[in-house]
Amino acid sequence: MLAYIARRIVYVIPIVISVALVCFLLVHITPGDPLVAVLPADASQELAAQLRAAYGFDRPLPVQFGLWLLRALHGDLGNSIATGRPVLAEVMRAVSNTVTLAIAAAIIGFTMGILLGLIAGYFRETWIDKVATSFAIAGVSVPHYWLGMVLVIIFSVQLNWLPAVGAGPNGSNSWAWDWAHLKYLVLPAITTSVIPMGIVTRTVRALTGDILSQDFVEALRAKGLHETGVFRHVIKNAAPTALAVMGLQLGYMLGGSILIETVFSWPGSGFLLNSAIFQRDLPLLQGTILILALFFVFLNLLVDIAQAAIDPRIKRG
Amino acid sequence: MLIKKNKTRAALIALLALGSAAAWPRVASADTVLRIGMTAADIPRTLGQPDQGFEGNRFTGLTMYDALTGWDLSSADKASVVIPGLATEWKVDDADKTKWTFKLRPGVTFHDGSPFNADAVVWNVEKVLKQDAPQFDASQVGVTASRMPTLASAKKIDDMTVELTTKEPDSFLPINLTNLFMASPAKWQHFYDNAEGADAKAKSQAAWTAFAKDAAGTGPWKMASFTPRERLELVKNASYWNKDRVPKVDKMVLLPMPEANARTAALLSGQVDWVEAPAPDALPELKQRGFKLYANEQPHVWPWQFSRVEGSPWNDIRVRKAANLCVDREGLKDGLLAGLMVPASGTFEPGHPWRGSPTFQIKYDKPAAQKLMQEAGFGPNKKLEVKIQTSASGSGQMQPLPMNEYLQQALAECYFDVKLDVIEWNTLFTNWRRGAKDPSANGSNATNVTYAAMDPFFALVRFLQSGMAPPVSNNWGFINNPKFDELVKKARQTFDPSARDAALAELHAASVDDAAFLYVAHDVGPRAISPKVTGVVQPKSWFIDFSLVSMN
Repeated sequence: MLAYIARRIVYVIPIVISVALVCFLLVHITPGDPLVAVLPADASQELAAQLRAAYGFDRPLPVQFGLWLLRALHGDLGNSIATGRPVLAEVMRAVSNTVTLAIAAAIIGFTMGILLGLIAGYFRETWIDKVATSFAIAGVSVPHYWLGMVLVIIFSVQLNWLPAVGAGPNGSNSWAWDWAHLKYLVLPAITTSVIPMGIVTRTVRALTGDILSQDFVEALRAKGLHETGVFRHVIKNAAPTALAVMGLQLGYMLGGSILIETVFSWPGSGFLLNSAIFQRDLPLLQGTILILALFFVFLNLLVDIAQAAIDPRIKRG
Repeated sequence: MLIKKNKTRAALIALLALGSAAAWPRVASADTVLRIGMTAADIPRTLGQPDQGFEGNRFTGLTMYDALTGWDLSSADKASVVIPGLATEWKVDDADKTKWTFKLRPGVTFHDGSPFNADAVVWNVEKVLKQDAPQFDASQVGVTASRMPTLASAKKIDDMTVELTTKEPDSFLPINLTNLFMASPAKWQHFYDNAEGADAKAKSQAAWTAFAKDAAGTGPWKMASFTPRERLELVKNASYWNKDRVPKVDKMVLLPMPEANARTAALLSGQVDWVEAPAPDALPELKQRGFKLYANEQPHVWPWQFSRVEGSPWNDIRVRKAANLCVDREGLKDGLLAGLMVPASGTFEPGHPWRGSPTFQIKYDKPAAQKLMQEAGFGPNKKLEVKIQTSASGSGQMQPLPMNEYLQQALAECYFDVKLDVIEWNTLFTNWRRGAKDPSANGSNATNVTYAAMDPFFALVRFLQSGMAPPVSNNWGFINNPKFDELVKKARQTFDPSARDAALAELHAASVDDAAFLYVAHDVGPRAISPKVTGVVQPKSWFIDFSLVSMN
């Protein structure tokens, strides 16, 4: 197992370097001036040259990449051009808000998904299955930003039950797990949860159906095992694949959603990315993309290790 | 075990989702609080020189800071003009027109209690102009120096008098100085002395970062708390030097809400009291629910800026005039934009001191436009092909695609065949500086970048003076009209304010008579405000005075 983990970690190194290179190049090859946030189009040539030199954008691209990577390895992602604030602090604050949202959405989405999937798989081809599957299809089909707006219209504008935007009565700095703050989380979390809920439902439904039709289940029943015991075996067999799917979905959610976070003005990584894109704030954009990409890389690593721990056949492969 | 855990979680979620909502968190104290949803995605910079254009100046510039000169924002009807701010009077040296003397307002203190004086003015000029000054900050230079392009240096004459020097004689200086906000040198020095950093530059950067979180200016509002990208709380400065502008509400909370529907929902649900640019589709509902809608002509122009390089179809003045006469701007206003524009008949409208008396009347007159096009050799069977570079969105661009499609249809009736080259906003903005001759123009002979018209340089000079052609500034189309050059020079070197305004009016009238642009619309800065907010005066400006506002 340790050799397997070590091998997976070694694989991660070239991926991380490639991710850093791609995210640096992606933001630099797009057209437009990297200083647009601080340099109006009417600025003089001298001023533009002065600022370009001050920010290091007058250097060759490979040199810029090398310096950026070197600083990044030391935990310094530079300062935002637009705000002057350190990128790492900005990203970490945003990521912590997105993690809060992702955890809440995962609790809702995975719980609902597992329950609906198990029910649909167990009662396959019945009306119960059709109802549960309809939920799943709606979850993956409805544009979540649209659902977010509808929820805001119903619960904020019409009923005035829940806040429409924001991350707490005084912002996310003073976040607490009480109702005064949690009510800000309800609508964005439900909106974020619908896609994972749909995907997990469909996955678990398919897995449950398949496993229930296997011979060993018949054998368990023939041996007189109670249906609850049979179900426990079904869940155990479905777990590795379901876990992998949930891991990926959690990764997507931890990446933040530009649309959902913008609709709810939730100050997470998606909101930050949106802001960085519109302000063309290259250091912030690079730093945010890098951190989010690394999330995926490390989350996949964890899922791989977890799968191997649950299902020994995987590490042999 | 898993099922048990899930049950607990499900119960918790059900509790969250179904639990009856408590009442909205009201501010516990008796303080009056004005909560505003801004269109910005982030709080504009708070350290004195805001980013995010004039929205930045509106919220974190003019609120916390003052400049030597300011804008009169007291009237919704009159043009907003420059008035004394931290300087009470100023005059140019009779012998050397590059030297100005500014008398400073006595008795003004920064929010930290330190005095405002000539040293503070010199310090603030040098924060953006003197590269070896400890407080020099490159990040503040771009948004400041470009708005006062001729200012070179500042010198203290005595405690309450300062001398400013320009690179060339420039009568626009007092107008430009509205953009240089006075931050407290003492407060910055305090942060600098306590900053950690490898060298003076690093310490300076750290001091500015600290200053941005705990800023001190001389403005009517003081910073109370700041959460980056989420909220800025300002409290009233009860000892503000202008007693007429001491805020009537105790606290103002600024919240970035870049999405129009989210802003509108926040207003409708009572989470904020005021939103900038509500979603246009929601205007009827807002009205019906008793919210007040405000809009007024802004110093903003939505134009087509013509290429005047050799071979451009716009070199024929008949074609330029025909385009200006062929657009039904009232139809655009009432149909597409739900009333949220003012038809443009130039950069400035009647009543503005820089309007002048153009002889060419920009209005909707299709027969006259068709006649001009026929005289120029075009007709139903011989259409003039023109190509316009535009964006699908962008700051100040209003609704560029539908508006351009409207123009495309309107101009087709006057024998134009309009092709649109739609590119990303930042790219369009960057191309603006490169000019019509650059490959980035992609064969376009007009560009559609909106502009602010707050001061003469940005409204007129950078487009009309031949020396402002790319790469120097924004004369994208390479206009080269000796009359414009002469009038620009005259305006810049006329130092009596009313004579200077008259010279600018002459320049503006000449540009309208030359149909230098296709003038289409002025934005109106729409905002929706709760009925409990009173005293709102929306001037003809990008700015608004929050001090006048009360809460019932």
